[in-house]
Amino acid sequence: MALSLSNPARRRLRTLGFLSPWLVGFSVFFAYPLIATVYFSFMHYNQIKEPTFVGLRNWKYVFDQMPLFGPALWNTLWLVVIMVAVRVVFGLSLGLLITKIKTGAGFFRTAFYLPYLAPPVAATVAFVFLLNPGTGPVNEILDAVGISGPNWFNDPDTAKPSLVLLSLWGIGDLMVIFMASLLDVPKEQYEAADLDGAGAWAKFRYVTWPAITPIVMFAVVTGVVQTMQYYTQALVAGKVASGVNIGPGSVIQPGYPDHSTLTVPQLVYQMGFQNFNTGAACVLSLVLFAIAMAVTLLLMRKRSGLLSAED
Amino acid sequence: MPRWRMPTCASAALAAAGLLLSGCANPSVGSANDDPTKPVTLKFWHGWSTPGEVKAVNDSIDRFEKLHPNIKVKATGNVSDETVNQALRAGGDKAPDVVSSFTTNNVGQYCDSGMWADLDPFMKKTGLDKRKVFPKTLLDYTSYRGNQCALPLLADAYGMYYNKDAYKKAGIERPPRTMSEFKKVAKKLTVRSGRNSYKQVGYLPNFRFYQNSPDRLFAQWGPQYFDSEGNSRLAEEPKTYQFFKTARQLAAAQGGFDDLERFRLTFGDEMSTQNAFLTGKVAMHLDGEWRGLMLDEAKAKFDWGVAPLPVPDDQADTYGRGFITGTVAGIAHSSKHQNAAWELVRFLTADTKQVVNFANAIHNVPSTFAALKSPDLDADPTFRTFFDILRNKHSKALPPSVNGGAYVVSLGDFSYAVEAGRVGDLRGRLKKLDEQIDADTLQSKS
Repeated sequence: MALSLSNPARRRLRTLGFLSPWLVGFSVFFAYPLIATVYFSFMHYNQIKEPTFVGLRNWKYVFDQMPLFGPALWNTLWLVVIMVAVRVVFGLSLGLLITKIKTGAGFFRTAFYLPYLAPPVAATVAFVFLLNPGTGPVNEILDAVGISGPNWFNDPDTAKPSLVLLSLWGIGDLMVIFMASLLDVPKEQYEAADLDGAGAWAKFRYVTWPAITPIVMFAVVTGVVQTMQYYTQALVAGKVASGVNIGPGSVIQPGYPDHSTLTVPQLVYQMGFQNFNTGAACVLSLVLFAIAMAVTLLLMRKRSGLLSAED
Repeated sequence: MPRWRMPTCASAALAAAGLLLSGCANPSVGSANDDPTKPVTLKFWHGWSTPGEVKAVNDSIDRFEKLHPNIKVKATGNVSDETVNQALRAGGDKAPDVVSSFTTNNVGQYCDSGMWADLDPFMKKTGLDKRKVFPKTLLDYTSYRGNQCALPLLADAYGMYYNKDAYKKAGIERPPRTMSEFKKVAKKLTVRSGRNSYKQVGYLPNFRFYQNSPDRLFAQWGPQYFDSEGNSRLAEEPKTYQFFKTARQLAAAQGGFDDLERFRLTFGDEMSTQNAFLTGKVAMHLDGEWRGLMLDEAKAKFDWGVAPLPVPDDQADTYGRGFITGTVAGIAHSSKHQNAAWELVRFLTADTKQVVNFANAIHNVPSTFAALKSPDLDADPTFRTFFDILRNKHSKALPPSVNGGAYVVSLGDFSYAVEAGRVGDLRGRLKKLDEQIDADTLQSKS
């Protein structure tokens, strides 16, 4: 028997029924972990013995007594700002170039997309090898032309920029997204701009940019969230570049050199899974969550502002 | 929804969440109620990975299974401490029964957290007097505040490998015994190639160089890391200042930290045939006893020798000492077959014949009194130098701590800054380091 739409209780039940897969997913994968993280942030818990309530001790420890929290937060935010900005600009520039190329566009599309398919660990190890200051081919080429190359991953000043370079190598995903949006811009608008005598810059500013703004915003928001979780490449680059033995049993502080590549997610792992310090790891996770949430909300608000301005 | 239902629902939801959370906080608990004579399969996780090492472990297990036909052992190699930790936290049927670790750093954590079972009741039950079997230093690094949750499964002693051909070429007659001799010899052995590179470095003091972590060289001074109450006392320890001063002087004598660090970056992997000592890039090298076997297997193109590392000039009478550590083994708290697991741990760690065979096979230092005296032990004099280092009463292991190797990592970080010349006020910064170590320790306590 069909449910009567006039009955509000039944209608609500039906709505809930349709929503239930999402509600289950939300509860299991978001709400419960979030509640658990808040709960354990007030507990001393080594994941073996029963947790004990310690009030604000974990919070005080993270903000007052953990010297690595500052550098890790700084590095994470640095990567969020610089890496996301550079990736978006580079990805967009590549997309623009390739959509303009008349011959060989397919070759360049493939050439720029392929590195994105390399597993992150393999790509990072290869990059560290290329940029090895003593034996890497990049510095050897620089030496051959009389330039003393930098220490790349082995210098605190150039380690993060080296990670940005690594991220540009795998720019393929962003390039494809931008290419799709660029090819979607109505041709007649360009023709109208041509008739008005617009130059290349004016066409980009007044035709291309407004059309691709939602895609740029999407790239920025997803880029920010991904970079907030930046872990694998920084960890692998630091460990490989340091040259320290990383066999079973070795205890190595991530972030080589001098914590310049230490990110908050690495610190969370170290606290939670190496030091058995679940409480502090939960505090760090919550701080990261709060920042990611705030930045995303800000960007979403900016995006809706941009979209309404277009209207 | 009627108003009265809101708080009721909220309370119920909170209570349910509370129950759910506290339920998650109950890891599986093992037991020692099993009969070790009944058929059982034990899971043994260890870190050894090279073919020779894995064969030696498997041979050991074969010997054990012959002695205990009712116990089958399933060994898994190349397992890191982190993997073991996560498996033990999760518990369940897949978790190992017998576990080992290549480092003594985390023993304090394993004992304090209850992750590894206390072995004293098992020793009492089976009549093993640990003080008569194991040297005291080794018992110290396998226990924490009276909880003997691990036993030594072979030991590692650190000494100095030196290139005899390079010595001859530089006119050096014997290995240095004091730190001032060390600096002179290192300088003599250093051969530059170009403005900021080297053909050969005498001794590379940089703390990121292979096994040369600060705690290992620092052991030559015999430092006391903690006071009687467990507080860090590095700033109060005069030896800390001498140690850093000597490390800096060693670097300065050979061209300074920056040049040496750049040279270090050209080295191959430590465990490969591109090892810097094996390729002749360094003439003196701090390393463990296993290196000898590796040098033989790789057919080193030069004549080499082994000696204890030099000691500070004002402690010349302690020459012969070195840093001590080793592999440790224990029983997982979640194991349901702890008595059977103990039979395996007892065999691997305390059975003289087994310890000698295993030590010979993987070239590690035996960890029991009886095995150290055994006539069946490898007679190679370079190997035996490490037995003397282990037996030396001044040799040092790291003290266990509630948060494992966290203080060693903090000291390591600090040392990197010192060697690079980025620490101006050493005393002030050491005080801060002490405060940090104490704060980290406090944070890890229940």
